[in-house]
Amino acid sequence: MGDLSPFHFQVVAALIFAIGALGVLLRRNIIVMFMSIELMLNAANLSLVAFSREIGNDQGQILAFMVMVVAAVEVAVGLAIIISLVRNRDTVNIEDTSQMKW
Amino acid sequence: MRTALFWIFSAAAVGSALGVVGSLRSPMNSALSLVVSMLALAGLYVLLGAQFVGLIQVMVYAGAIVVLFLFVIMLLNLRGGGASGAESQPITKAIGAIVAAGATLWLVRRLAAGRAPWPDVDEDFGTTRAIGEALYTDYVLSVQVAGVLLLAGIVAAVVLAKKKID
Repeated sequence: MGDLSPFHFQVVAALIFAIGALGVLLRRNIIVMFMSIELMLNAANLSLVAFSREIGNDQGQILAFMVMVVAAVEVAVGLAIIISLVRNRDTVNIEDTSQMKW
Repeated sequence: MRTALFWIFSAAAVGSALGVVGSLRSPMNSALSLVVSMLALAGLYVLLGAQFVGLIQVMVYAGAIVVLFLFVIMLLNLRGGGASGAESQPITKAIGAIVAAGATLWLVRRLAAGRAPWPDVDEDFGTTRAIGEALYTDYVLSVQVAGVLLLAGIVAAVVLAKKKID
């Protein structure tokens, strides 16, 4: 692997996770917030795969695969919720949907 | 070669992640940045020897999930809007910045202290054959549960996106 250490990959994962967390905290567009959540899941996956390579065991890759399955289901359900939200409220700004019931 | 590829993929992944969060014009730009980020991450997976995970990353994330995002953005015909930042108190911002900087410093120091050389791995480490064998022997229950979860997700998505629940 040349002069690369597992540390390099973990820093990249940490940076992407931080960017995703910032997106959830700063943006108010619900679709962009949802994409930021996907970024955080991907950062966790990169961390898992890097640790899996670091200890030379492929179980971390199986866990990353399962994370991807759950992320796919989550995207399908989340986007359906967003569609019905926009249909009912005609907005994607979460500040306009502060009530549980209307 | 590997080092150069690592820096290229890392820069692409982090830069386009910033593009996802920072593109204020339209969610469409965010979704397209997300594709670049996913593909760069797939490259990093392959660098780490995880060919199967890299392949699934391209097919599931870049292929399916981002296309789903694009469909929804086009279906809802969204343009801009909702781009305003959160207005929080200056004191909360200061506390948040201090905590984040401290956590980052701690994390980097801990990770740098624990750097180890890469171990040698088998020829078939991370290949579809190795992962598939593990999935269908040791982790067969997880695969079944994932199937049930996907079915539940399909039903839930159809029910939630319906115009009228009858």
